[in-house]
Amino acid sequence: MQITLEPGRPKPQPTPETRHFWDGTKDGKLLLQRCGDTGRAYFPPRPFSPYTGTRNVSVFEASGRATLLSYVIHHRPVPGFTPPYAIAVVELEEGPRMMTNIVGCPQTPEALPLDMALEVVFVPMDDSISLPLFRPATDAPAARVGVSMGVE
Amino acid sequence: MSYIPGSVAVVGAAETTDLGAVPNLSEIGLAADAALNAMADAGLKPGDIDGIAWVGAMRPQLLAQYLGITPRWVDGTSVGGCSFMLHVRHAAAAIAAGYCNTVLICHGESGKSRIAGAQRPAEPATLNGQFEAPFGPFGPPTLFPIPVLRYMKTYGVTEEMLATVAVVQREWAGKNPRAMFRDPISVDDVLNSRMIAWPFRILMCCLVTDGGGALILTSADRAKDFPGKPAYILGSGESVETGMISQMEDFTSSRAFRVAGPEAFKMAGIKHADVDHLMIYDAFAHLPLYGLEDLGFVPKGEAGRYIMDRNTAPGGVLPMNTNGGGLSYTHTGMYGMFALQESVRQVRGIAPAQVPDVNVSVCHGVGGMFGASGTIIFGRDRPS
Repeated sequence: MQITLEPGRPKPQPTPETRHFWDGTKDGKLLLQRCGDTGRAYFPPRPFSPYTGTRNVSVFEASGRATLLSYVIHHRPVPGFTPPYAIAVVELEEGPRMMTNIVGCPQTPEALPLDMALEVVFVPMDDSISLPLFRPATDAPAARVGVSMGVE
Repeated sequence: MSYIPGSVAVVGAAETTDLGAVPNLSEIGLAADAALNAMADAGLKPGDIDGIAWVGAMRPQLLAQYLGITPRWVDGTSVGGCSFMLHVRHAAAAIAAGYCNTVLICHGESGKSRIAGAQRPAEPATLNGQFEAPFGPFGPPTLFPIPVLRYMKTYGVTEEMLATVAVVQREWAGKNPRAMFRDPISVDDVLNSRMIAWPFRILMCCLVTDGGGALILTSADRAKDFPGKPAYILGSGESVETGMISQMEDFTSSRAFRVAGPEAFKMAGIKHADVDHLMIYDAFAHLPLYGLEDLGFVPKGEAGRYIMDRNTAPGGVLPMNTNGGGLSYTHTGMYGMFALQESVRQVRGIAPAQVPDVNVSVCHGVGGMFGASGTIIFGRDRPS
């Protein structure tokens, strides 16, 4: 399977505080940050802990494993997307949650039960940005590319 | 110094002359129309107003000049559709502190006709632009319902329960000549209506209209000098949680609701059994469910059943969203002003679907996608 994101999808623009995250996805790594006081992971990126305010934080690579927390399946046309498509929030194994799309499976309630096991795939938009999307978990290591957004 | 319940009152309240499609007024024109109607209701002129609130960055000065008001107190708080609840809370504190005497709080929004509205461009370097926008959300209907599947699974809430919220509010709208949608609907009508973002269908989503409203607040000691009945501010609360729905702490409950609601009850010194009338901002059908639970009217997970059992319907023990709500009455984009207007009408005894003998009305708002909240408790009688 070949990934092809449709043109028109909004492209994130990294800031100094988030650059490491987007450099990570480009390299096939999902990078989170950890609070130096509590050891708890957090997201989205920022140079201090949302738990204690400490600037003593570190960047680490997440497992890429997640579960499906909740979602909608959008049925209306949007630039860069072909409906119906799920807009999902996943809970990462390390705790933080992120918005994403679920790829490699039909975009139906039946194919998207809550709490299903997922794994990250990194899908390039262009040479500078890759998006962290998620697919149903397999035994194989997480692929960097190779999932179609289609439902065929 | 703490706020004394009932020490500030609404003495003027009005909506725009027209609601729905108002193609002859721009956004500031809608706000001004509502402001003039509210001033007429209170028997005031612009020169009598010394405090002003309008949502948005650098916008209060536009409206102050437009209306001919020289304020010595200003509030541009902009946290979404409940901003007006925060304006009321801030204004009550300001009047109690002596910062101003008479405050005008305005709303105007050309949600349908889109005449000279505030632009909301997608900024790709913001946190939303980086961590939500790339995944295809397109406006509130794709964002606000995202937590609901988790809520439904956690508590066994059904699509029929969600649909019933819309059905009951249409019953209230049927009693209100100004409501945009008044024809009765059934649960099947809702569940067979056009799919927007599963599990949400069009009849579970709010209207998109033009309109506005305005409130005038002053010290309760002056309230007898005005032609209309006052609506006393008994208590208020406010909070924010997140600008990104993906980062909401608990998908089954709003932290902002759980902060704002109890704060208002505590300030007012009332219990749930004291509440005669309730407004819960309903941009989408799930919001009254979260609101009933997070404000403590029903235990967690039981709001769907509570509404199906007709407790909030006409004739029920807790009449809710009696104007028809954002689902059937009107929704300009920031509906909170209209919820406040209905609470004031009910406390004054002049609502189209008047509930008998309303003394205490709770008006609870949401801003953004569970991002913010404001709660105002109105009273007909000033606490002695």
